[in-house]
Amino acid sequence: MSKTIAEKILSSHSGRSAKAGDIVVADLDFMMGQDGTSGVAIDSFRKMGAAGVCDGAKIAICIDHSAPSPNIGVSEIHKKIRSFSGETGINLYDVGCGVCHQLVPEQGHVVPGDLVIGADSHTCTYGAINAFSTGVGSTDLAAGWISGKLWFKVPETIKFVVNGKPPKGVYSKDIILSIIGDVTADGATYKAAEFMGGAIEDLSVEGRFTISNMAIEMGAKAGLMLADKKVLSWVRKHSRRKPNPTEPDEHATYSDIKEYNASKMGPVIARPHTVDNVSPVEEVEGTPIQQGFIGTCTNGRMEDFSIAASILKGKSVHRDCKLIIAPSSKQVLSEMVRSGVYGAFVDAGAVIVAPGCGPCVGTHNGVPADGENVISTANRNFKGRMGNPNAFIYLGSPATVAASVIKGKITDPRKII
Amino acid sequence: MMLKGKARRFRQSDDINTDYIISGRYKFKIQDPNELAKHVMEDLDPDFAEKRLEKGDFIVAGRNFGCGSSREQAPMAIKYANVSAVIAKSFARIFYRNSFNLGIPAIEADTDGIEEGDELEVDLNAGLIKNKTKNREIKVAPLPRTMQILLEDGGLVEHFKKHGGFKLD
Repeated sequence: MSKTIAEKILSSHSGRSAKAGDIVVADLDFMMGQDGTSGVAIDSFRKMGAAGVCDGAKIAICIDHSAPSPNIGVSEIHKKIRSFSGETGINLYDVGCGVCHQLVPEQGHVVPGDLVIGADSHTCTYGAINAFSTGVGSTDLAAGWISGKLWFKVPETIKFVVNGKPPKGVYSKDIILSIIGDVTADGATYKAAEFMGGAIEDLSVEGRFTISNMAIEMGAKAGLMLADKKVLSWVRKHSRRKPNPTEPDEHATYSDIKEYNASKMGPVIARPHTVDNVSPVEEVEGTPIQQGFIGTCTNGRMEDFSIAASILKGKSVHRDCKLIIAPSSKQVLSEMVRSGVYGAFVDAGAVIVAPGCGPCVGTHNGVPADGENVISTANRNFKGRMGNPNAFIYLGSPATVAASVIKGKITDPRKII
Repeated sequence: MMLKGKARRFRQSDDINTDYIISGRYKFKIQDPNELAKHVMEDLDPDFAEKRLEKGDFIVAGRNFGCGSSREQAPMAIKYANVSAVIAKSFARIFYRNSFNLGIPAIEADTDGIEEGDELEVDLNAGLIKNKTKNREIKVAPLPRTMQILLEDGGLVEHFKKHGGFKLD
C-alpha cells in the first residue's frame, strides 16, 4: 500500500502497517516539555505511581516560557522541574538556554524519520527536518515518560505544493501566513501537512522551521517536509544520531492537494485576533505601533535576526515605539554577538532579553498596555496572548517588524530594504 | 453515561481558543486547579465562573473549540469548574485528547439549534443529545473505542494506574 510520510513513520514506530484513521500505540524517539506544561506533567507522573522514566536520554524539559521567572508561582514550578530532572536524569535546559523548539533540533535530539511528542502545540516545528512531531498535553507527556509510547490516530494528509521564487521582501513567514489565510485556522484540523515544491526547497532549514512551526495554526497535527541534502547536512552538524529519511510514496493518498505560487505572494500581516485573519501589508500600512517583537520559535533564529539587523543598521527605533528582541537560544545569542547583529540592535535602540520565549506568552518581558498595538514575529495573535486582552497583536516577518518599528507604524518592508 | 445540565454559550461561537478558556497569565502562576477554574472563559465573559455557570452545565460552541496551545490547564479549568462536557461542532485535536485524558467528554455535534440556557440531557452510550427546552434530539458522532475506554477508566492517569501502561484495544 502506498503511504504518506505520516503513515510511514507511524507504521515503523508501531510495528504494523498503519493507514489514515487507524489508532496505533507507537514507540517515541523523543519527548519534550516546557515550563508551562511540565509542572502538570510531573503531577500526572506522580499520580500514575511510576517507579521512574523509561529513558532519561529521550526526555528534555526546557525552562523557556517564563524565564527568568517573573514571580513566586513560576519560581516554584521551575524549582519543581529542576528537582524532577535531578531525580530522573532527564535533559534539563534551564533559564537562558533558549526556546524548546530551537533547542530540541539544535542540540541534536531529533533526526529525520523520528516520532516525537512535546507538551507544546508548536512541537510540529521539527517536521521541517522530516520528523513526525506533534503537540500533546501534559498527561500524554507523563504517559510517554513512563512507557516510552503514546497512542496516535493516524492522520490523513494534505499536501501543500509551493512553487515559484518569492519576490523581494517576501519570506517564509509570508508564505506560511498566506497559506493559513487561505485554508483558515481549522482547515487542516486532525490532519498532517506535507510541504513540498521548489519554493520550500529554496528555503534554508531555518526558514523551513518557520513554516512547519505554524502548521498548528491551521489545526495540523504535523508539518512535514523532505529530508533533502540541506536537511541532512544540517542534521549532521547538530546530531550524532543516524537519520532515517522518510519520503511519501508516489501514489500515497492525500485528502487534498493545495498549490501555491510564491512568486505571486507579497508581504502579509495577520491582524488581531486570529492567525488566519491575513491581509496584504498594504491594507494595514500606517497603523500606529507601540511595540515590536522579534523572536520566538517561529522567527527567533540567526537568519531572522540578520534580516532584521540589515534593515535596522544605522537607523533607530521610532521614539513612540519599543523593540524587544529574544534570541531563540544561547547559541543564536553568541552568533548575534560575533556577527555584529547584537550591536546593530543595541545601537538602534532595541531591548534584548534572555534567550527564551520573551513576551510571546504574556507572562513577562513586555506586556502591552490597554489599546496598544504590537507587531510581532510570533505565531499567535490571540486576544490576551501577550498578557493583555485589551491589546492588539499583528503578526509579520522579521523584515516587516523591523521596517515598522523604524517608522512607528506598520510599514511595507519593500519600501526600506 | 448520562449527563444533565444547561447549555452555556458565548458571544463568540467558532475558534474559542485556549487563551480564552484559561489565559496564559494564570496558567503559569496558578497550580491549584480549583483556583484556575475561577478564571475559566474569563476573557469572553468575566462573570462566567462566578455568576452564570451552575454545576453540571455544558459549554456549547461552534467549530474548532480549544484551538491554540497544548495547555492541559484548559480542559482542567473546565473540569474543576464542574462543567460536565463541552459540546461543539468540532474540536482542535490537542484539546480533544487532553479532555479525554482528564475524563471530560468532548462531544462533536451540530450545535446550531442549541441556545443559552437550554436544558440538555446527553446520553453518550446512545449517542444522543436531548434538548428538553426545544423538545428536539440531536445525534452525536459515535466515540472512538479508545476514547470510550479512557472515559470509562476516568482518564489517562487512572488508566495507567489500572493497567500500568496503555491497554486501549
